[in-house]
Amino acid sequence: MNRRLLLLLPLVGFLVLAGFLYKGLSLDPKDIGSTMIGKPLPAFSLPSLEDPARSLGTADFKGQPALVNVWATWCPTCRAEHQMLNRLAGQGVAVYGINYKDDGDAARRWLTELGNPYRFNVEDPQGSLGINLGVYGAPETFLIDKDGIIRHKFVGAIDERVWREQLAPLYRELLDEAGQ
Amino acid sequence: MKRLLSKRWLGAGLLGLSLSLGAQAAIDTYEFKDDGDRARYRTLTEELRCPKCQNQNIADSDAPIAMDLRREIHRMLGEGKSDDEIVDYLVDRYGDFVRYNPPVNARTWLLWYGPWLMLGGGLGVLALIVLRRRRPAAPGGAAASGNAGSDLSAEERARLDQLLKNSVHKNSGDQSSVDNTKADK
Repeated sequence: MNRRLLLLLPLVGFLVLAGFLYKGLSLDPKDIGSTMIGKPLPAFSLPSLEDPARSLGTADFKGQPALVNVWATWCPTCRAEHQMLNRLAGQGVAVYGINYKDDGDAARRWLTELGNPYRFNVEDPQGSLGINLGVYGAPETFLIDKDGIIRHKFVGAIDERVWREQLAPLYRELLDEAGQ
Repeated sequence: MKRLLSKRWLGAGLLGLSLSLGAQAAIDTYEFKDDGDRARYRTLTEELRCPKCQNQNIADSDAPIAMDLRREIHRMLGEGKSDDEIVDYLVDRYGDFVRYNPPVNARTWLLWYGPWLMLGGGLGVLALIVLRRRRPAAPGGAAASGNAGSDLSAEERARLDQLLKNSVHKNSGDQSSVDNTKADK
C-alpha cells in the first residue's frame, strides 16, 4: 500500500510545480513592490512648481489621506492618466503632484492646457526626491494617510478600473481611519 | 570594381560611425580620484540591477533611472562611502530587486539552497533505486526486500538449478543444430 502511495509522488511534484507556474501567470514582473510602505515621506525641501519662490516639505502633505502622483511632460502614460486625475480631484480626492525630472515651463504649460488636478506640485528637476521615494519611472502614485505615511504604491496609469478595484477601497479605509 | 569597393568602405564607415554613436550614449564621463574607485564603480554598477528594466544592470542600461543611479553611485564614491553603504542606500529605496547578488535571508533561502536541495533529492532517489536493484543479489538482503523469487528452500533451489541447467543444454543443442542447417545450405 505504501509503495502505491509513493507512485503518487511525481504527480504531487507536478501539481506543486504547476501551482507555482499558474500563480506566475498572474504576477507582474514589473511590479517590484516598494520599500516605502509604512514609512513617512522622505524629508525634502524643494520649490513649488506653481510658485517657485515657495519651498515645500513633508509637512505640506499632512492633514488628509491623499494621492501623491509622480508625473512629467515627457511621459506619454501621464497624459493618458491626466483626465482620470482631473475627475478624481473633481470628486474631492486630494491629489498632490511631484513633477519629476521635468522642465518647469513645459510642466506649467501642461497644467494650463490639460487642467490642474493637483493641490500643489513639487518641482523635482534632478529626481532627488524621486530616488528617495524609490521612483524608477513615471507615472507612479503613492497613497498616503493623513499623517503623511505611505500606505500604498501604484506603478502605471490610474484608470477607472485601477481606481475602483485597487485604490478607492484603500483610500476609503484611510478616510475612515482619519475619521472624515 | 574600385568604385564598388570604395562605396562599400563608405558604407562600412558610416555603419561603424552610427554604431559608435549609439554606444556612446550609455557612456558617462565620470572622474575618479584613483583606479581603486574606478574599479569599485564598475563592480557596483555591474552588480546592481536597473529597477526599470527587467534584466539589465545599471552599467548597461540607457534608462533615465539607471543614469541617475550611476550619478548617485559616483557621488557616494566621491563622499568616501563603503560598498555596503552604497548597496544599502539603493536597497533601502528599491528593495532587494536591485541586487544581482541577493543576501541570504528568510526570503531568499529557497533561492540559494533550493537547487542544492533538488540535486540532493535527485541523488537520493537515484541512490535508492540503485541500492534496491542491487539488493536481491546480495546475501541477507533478500528477506528484507521481500522478493518472492529469492525466498526458496534448499529443495526448490536444487530443482531450479536442475531446470536452468537443462534449458541451457537444450539451447546450446538447438544452437548447434541451427548452425548445422545454415552450414548445409
